[in-house]
Amino acid sequence: MYVIPLLGIPPQVLFGQLLLGLINGAFYAMLSLGLAVIFGLLNIINFAHGALYMMGAFGAWLMLEYLGIGYWPALILSPIAVGAFGVLLEKAFLHRIYKLDHLYGLLLTFGLALIIEGLFRNYYGVSGQAYDAVPDMLKGGYNLGFMFLPVYRGWVVVASLIICFGTWFAIERTKLGSYLRAATENPKLVQAFGINVPRMITLTYGFGVALAAMAGVLAAPIYHVSPLMGSDIIIVVFAVVVIGGMGSIVGAVVSGFGLGLIEGMTKVFYPEASNTVIFVVMAIVLLVKPAGLFGKSA
Amino acid sequence: MSTMNVETPAAIPGTSNLMKLSLAALLVLALVAPFGLYPIFLMKALCFALFAAAFNLLLGYGGLLSFGHAAFFGWAAYITAHVVKVWGWPPEVGLAAGTAVAAVMGVVIGWLAIRRQGIYFAMVTLALAQMVYFVALEVKFTHGEDGIQAVPRGKFLGFLDLADTNTMYYFVLAICGLAFWLIYRTIHSPFGQVLKAIRENEPRAISLGYRVEHYKLLAFTLSAALAGLAGSLKALVFQLASLTDVDWRMSGQVVLMTLVGGVGTVFGPVVGAFILVTMENYLAQFGSWVTVIQGFIFVVCVLTFRKGIVGEIAELIRRARGEKSSGGGGGGH
Repeated sequence: MYVIPLLGIPPQVLFGQLLLGLINGAFYAMLSLGLAVIFGLLNIINFAHGALYMMGAFGAWLMLEYLGIGYWPALILSPIAVGAFGVLLEKAFLHRIYKLDHLYGLLLTFGLALIIEGLFRNYYGVSGQAYDAVPDMLKGGYNLGFMFLPVYRGWVVVASLIICFGTWFAIERTKLGSYLRAATENPKLVQAFGINVPRMITLTYGFGVALAAMAGVLAAPIYHVSPLMGSDIIIVVFAVVVIGGMGSIVGAVVSGFGLGLIEGMTKVFYPEASNTVIFVVMAIVLLVKPAGLFGKSA
Repeated sequence: MSTMNVETPAAIPGTSNLMKLSLAALLVLALVAPFGLYPIFLMKALCFALFAAAFNLLLGYGGLLSFGHAAFFGWAAYITAHVVKVWGWPPEVGLAAGTAVAAVMGVVIGWLAIRRQGIYFAMVTLALAQMVYFVALEVKFTHGEDGIQAVPRGKFLGFLDLADTNTMYYFVLAICGLAFWLIYRTIHSPFGQVLKAIRENEPRAISLGYRVEHYKLLAFTLSAALAGLAGSLKALVFQLASLTDVDWRMSGQVVLMTLVGGVGTVFGPVVGAFILVTMENYLAQFGSWVTVIQGFIFVVCVLTFRKGIVGEIAELIRRARGEKSSGGGGGGH
């Protein structure tokens, strides 16, 4: 096997980190996608998104631990359960504040995030639980010559692409999606056409939350299932959202994956900055194109 | 432009007498307090009151919700602790250095953040503060998880020994008092009026010829510097600067204090800070239930209590006098 010298970095390391970056990017993409869908209709930045992603991962872990439910059913059941919880949150709290300043939505969901995270910390501590319920067909890996590809990691990237494409398709190419887009533009008019907009808002929130939870289940075998996993990622996702702008689904997905890759590259060439590079990119974008790369001007 | 509901106490006739009276009462209370209450607790509450008042200057009067004020608070604490402990300089230099660094950070972060508005502004400040958090985690002088411990308080101006708890209390009280006075003067200055105008209607302020970016940046810098002063004082009081001070949860706490006390009121942040610090003291034994309870208070405040304690009281007084409601509560857009 020949080795291409790339600034003295062995290709195994380079591609390994790029894969890790791609995986992080997959989670950024799924989470910022959910944030964008929710923001489009509810005008709320869902600070609880990270906490709900964590709940998705915990859902899968709890199902395995107490009910013996495996990975594949959990991948569907956990998002449904968390999505239903999201519907409850919307019914109980969020729908009361739509007429207020958007900042209140941020504060309210921040409070909800604190409650959820605090409760899980009380019962499960901060150290995290291992989730090893990966089905056999996703175990092991392939040697591609230039790198080793663990099957599960490849699956996460593929799954997230499917989820993102499915969401794009549902919103941009179906009748229900056209109602949703219309309600984003002008809810009153859509309501006048006899469409139940409040119910649509509730279901949209549930759907966005379920997306976060599904990302959580996908993440469970890779990271430790910990109550803090949500707050660790949500602030980065906010930066991704500021960079991409919340105008378009494609924008959210592209900037999610792109920033994951940039983060992976930074881990190879300048590891000290890998935690901060996304924020630096955000600062640069704010200087060059304040509305975000794909955003309409605010 | 976004508008949190706010009070403008100066606009209520007869308030100035009430204001003077409550100020005098507060001052007397503050002077005798260490005889009845634990001075360290009082100093902690004062530091957070200043922190919240600085934050409120930005949110309550500029309409800008910063979710990253811990960056200034925490970094100023680190700088002060380092200057005083490692370089061995006196406390007044330490405080000045911490405040100055926070002000410079305020210029840079503010300059970036004011390019966006509303919730984007909040997300940008949160993200930049998180970046600054990671820097604090990486650099050596902050000592990572340990923080900078056993920071000496030293002698103020060479003769006032701050190691004595009571002396330290009156020192903190004096500094906070001066800072509150500065904030009060700022709010009621022409600068403060323009800031409020921008908060209420930014396009109109622009069309009247105001360079709104300058006003926002100046307000942000001032707020950051004062938040830094609070952090520096905290580092001296507890003789400790740690990662807790730069964490995003700290940014959330100062938002909560201001919200509980009353956004855009003069005394609100002080009241809110005292309530939350007291609560934290009593609930410390319950561990992470504190987080749950804080989250709960957030939810309750946003749903039912948006004017905060001081805001609601001001509203009651106004009603008792038979004046029109300010209508802030449900009206924000």
